[in-house]
Amino acid sequence: MDLNLEVFSIILFFGACFAGFIGSLTGLGGGVVVIPLLTLGFGVDMRYAIGAALVTSIATSSGAAAAYIKEGITNVRIGMFLEIATTTGAVIGAIVAMYLDKVYIAVIFGCVLIFSAVRSISKKEENIDYAAPGDKLGEKLKLNGSYPTKDGRIEKYNVHNVMGGYSLMTLAGVLSGLLGIGSGALKVLAMDTAMKIPFKVSTTTSNFMVGVTAAASAVIYLQRGYIDPGLAMPIVVGVLLGAFFGSKILPKTNVKKLRMLFSVVIFLLAVSMIYNGITGKL
Amino acid sequence: MNIFTKEFWAERDMELFIGKLLRYGVTLACGITLLGGIIYLFQNHGVSMEHYRPTPDGQPFPGVEHYLRELSTIIPRVLSFDGAAIIQLGVCVLIATPILRVAFSVIGFLIEKDYMYVVVTLIVLCIIVANMLLGLH
Repeated sequence: MDLNLEVFSIILFFGACFAGFIGSLTGLGGGVVVIPLLTLGFGVDMRYAIGAALVTSIATSSGAAAAYIKEGITNVRIGMFLEIATTTGAVIGAIVAMYLDKVYIAVIFGCVLIFSAVRSISKKEENIDYAAPGDKLGEKLKLNGSYPTKDGRIEKYNVHNVMGGYSLMTLAGVLSGLLGIGSGALKVLAMDTAMKIPFKVSTTTSNFMVGVTAAASAVIYLQRGYIDPGLAMPIVVGVLLGAFFGSKILPKTNVKKLRMLFSVVIFLLAVSMIYNGITGKL
Repeated sequence: MNIFTKEFWAERDMELFIGKLLRYGVTLACGITLLGGIIYLFQNHGVSMEHYRPTPDGQPFPGVEHYLRELSTIIPRVLSFDGAAIIQLGVCVLIATPILRVAFSVIGFLIEKDYMYVVVTLIVLCIIVANMLLGLH
């Protein structure tokens, strides 16, 4: 497929709109869709695709964070403390990406996609006592907080297993720097499952972190020439537009079925990424 | 609105301020990128997308042209209406937005007299800035 630039930009723009729309409805973010779209869909080099995905992650994260922050549920202290882990990881990941063969990157990306797909449809653990006493480190770091519930009460929560969460976050940072994605699924896992932070707080805090993590590795990608203006333009504008409409209709839709469908699509994309990576077609 | 008073922070106004900062940053980046994109399409009329093809194994990755990789070389080209450079400027604004947010949090924690988190936030900022300055040229 050899298109001229105008046609390519227009198709890419609509593809990015769709990616942003679906990404914001299902909470999987834009980067996860952008990489398969570019590599499998248009036969673009994996490294340009990662550069474009990073830019997408920053755009969607900052756009959504501006909306969440008003509600006052983002825990800035948790975010900032774990940011030390993710930015360190992101720098390591970006450096490793420069020297790692494309085959490995494609396979790792496929595995992360499968993990995200499974996580997005697996049942959330309920009936957790968030107010149970947390660990001492969390208290020392003043990570415990509270958030307003729907019926106007203030719900308190205590943070558990801070070191476990910190280690998982470092891994999330490495993957984010390596693949250009926000790795939101892993971030939420670290906060939900390891640190036992309420879902609402962990989702918004994770979103707050995605932008900072991606910015840390984007600097390296920019300097290395992985961020191409011809790809960045239709994708940034398209994804933002799509995410905007997605967030508008989100309250009115039943996302459960959509999420299920999307997870299946992501899973198939993952298998295809791994296959194409191993057979050297990427 | 004075952002250096304690009341401003206590009232969570700072968070609103940061929210606005993020929104302006994203909107500005989107606008610059769109403008650059239109110019870019006119300047690269009829160009094929062949150069995006994967590089074969063993060959070095060419990447984008060198002047598009650093702000110091992007800016002069922006002034001469180079579409690609304008898009990259938009990307730089986008990258700067969350970093600025971290920088503002330092001020926030400083005014709250939460010195532990001033240090934590400064560490995050240092990692990003050091990474930017040292670079991997």
